[in-house]
Amino acid sequence: MRIAPFWPLAAATFVIGVAATFYFNEYYFVAGYLVLQGLIMATAWNILGGFTGYVNFGSAGFFAMGAYTSVVLYTAINPPLFVVIPAAAVVCGLLGLGAGYLTLRLRGVYFAIATLAMAIVLETLMVNWEYVGGAIGAFIITEDVPFFASYNAYLFVLMLALAIGSVALARYLNFSRIGRGLAAIRDDEVAAECAGVPTLRLKLISTTVMGAMMGVAGALYPYFVTFVEPVSAFSLIVAVNAIAMPMIGGTSTWVGPVIGALLLGSVQEWTKVNISSELNLLIVGVLLVGFVALAPQGIVGLAQKFAAWTREQREKRRGDDSATA
Amino acid sequence: MANRIVVDNVEAGYGTVQVLHGVSVTVEAGETVVLLGSNGNGKSTLINCIMGIVRPKAGAIYLEADGERFDLVGRTPAQIVDLGITLVPEGRRLFPALTVEENLMLGAFRKEARARIEQNLETCFEAFPPLRERKTQQAGSMSGGEQQMLAIGRALMSEPKVLLIDEPSVGLAPILVSRVIAKIRELKERRDLTVLMAEQNFNQAIKIADRGYIIVHGEIAFEGKSAADLQDNDMVKQYYLGV
Repeated sequence: MRIAPFWPLAAATFVIGVAATFYFNEYYFVAGYLVLQGLIMATAWNILGGFTGYVNFGSAGFFAMGAYTSVVLYTAINPPLFVVIPAAAVVCGLLGLGAGYLTLRLRGVYFAIATLAMAIVLETLMVNWEYVGGAIGAFIITEDVPFFASYNAYLFVLMLALAIGSVALARYLNFSRIGRGLAAIRDDEVAAECAGVPTLRLKLISTTVMGAMMGVAGALYPYFVTFVEPVSAFSLIVAVNAIAMPMIGGTSTWVGPVIGALLLGSVQEWTKVNISSELNLLIVGVLLVGFVALAPQGIVGLAQKFAAWTREQREKRRGDDSATA
Repeated sequence: MANRIVVDNVEAGYGTVQVLHGVSVTVEAGETVVLLGSNGNGKSTLINCIMGIVRPKAGAIYLEADGERFDLVGRTPAQIVDLGITLVPEGRRLFPALTVEENLMLGAFRKEARARIEQNLETCFEAFPPLRERKTQQAGSMSGGEQQMLAIGRALMSEPKVLLIDEPSVGLAPILVSRVIAKIRELKERRDLTVLMAEQNFNQAIKIADRGYIIVHGEIAFEGKSAADLQDNDMVKQYYLGV
């Protein structure tokens, strides 16, 4: 699915987002930040899970390593955020590359188990690493920034830019030669090899990009909550959301995770305030079951089916008209 | 351009089951060589060894191109495609959820062929006109014959010098089989290909063969120096014609 004016739309979104920080109260940026964090995670997951067909259960591991990269840098030299973000991308990109080398020989459920195990191993390492606070966690003290209404508004704008960048990259991959190769791997890996698609290289590209993007999503997290400890950084909800959002939106294109993240993310933020923050996971679960059962191709798949159906009806009507005439 | 494939004394199998017991086959430049044998005798295994999908336990496989010799054992399939050898796999193995055009584009990953994607697409559509009409259709929704054409078209997108074809007749109606076989001959002549084709359908395969081997239980049972040689042989009669 190609949405024609992508860049104008992205630019407009960004400008409106920045302008909004001066008009709305702080709560909306806290909620918006979390939705955008989900959006980046979902887009990243979809590059490996949706485009390539390898289900990754270890998303929280990459996310948390992005967060811990920030903690390490903060503790060591406290550099500005425009250094922290690329650093997290590099660390988690390399992590993705390494994980790819070690696990991509596995397929299907075994790959999923391996990624889940990786996240647990990383969590154990962080729990036992004194420098980043171990099990107790680490504080991060933020300072006010000029121009922006508040620090959270500033983080929201940064996250918005990162989210637009991530979606643009996923969109590029979707339509490029690389994306076509990834789709071939998803459809039939052996056939892809026979046709001359360098499957290992493409899979490594996709794990690296996925890791880097998830690291970026996690890089700002310590600044956002100002306190990081392993249990919340490696939280199950991060990993589950990263899978649920693309599944609900539709995994075969770049649009799916965007729709899924905006929808599921907003619903979660709304229930957190209006119903109960504990019900979040339950809602994700119910929605996921519903979509898997009723719309396995997600919202994008439903839309495509609907478009095909209306086209058919139109043609049928035209056929009737010409028959009567 | 001389492109010669030499398979020398190859032994291969899956796990503890050995399939090929010292198989030697050569395909000279510009030849169409057929590999004949019924199911389960090792035709596909041999083709997969050449393609780097199955790794032989012993023996050597190499490509001689323009006076240079490339060892194929230990290379990945993608690297072997880069050398100019492409496979039309058994059962076609298309990407059913992708469109016809996307399937063809996936054949063009080879670096040397990337610059001429548009031309090669045009050549494919000329060779197989139904593919042009069905450009945006999902590959899995086409008929078996059209799918086989697409599989051959996808292989041609990499501009191969050597074309390996594994059982092009599988799952096709007899009339389509002879059409596909005729098409292979036509393409071979037009594009200066060297062809190695594994096939069970003796009568069809013999129509385009310059030479052939009969493979039985993983060993070369008979080498026919010409098509006539294959046709007149008692063993061929015993195995294929049932007389």
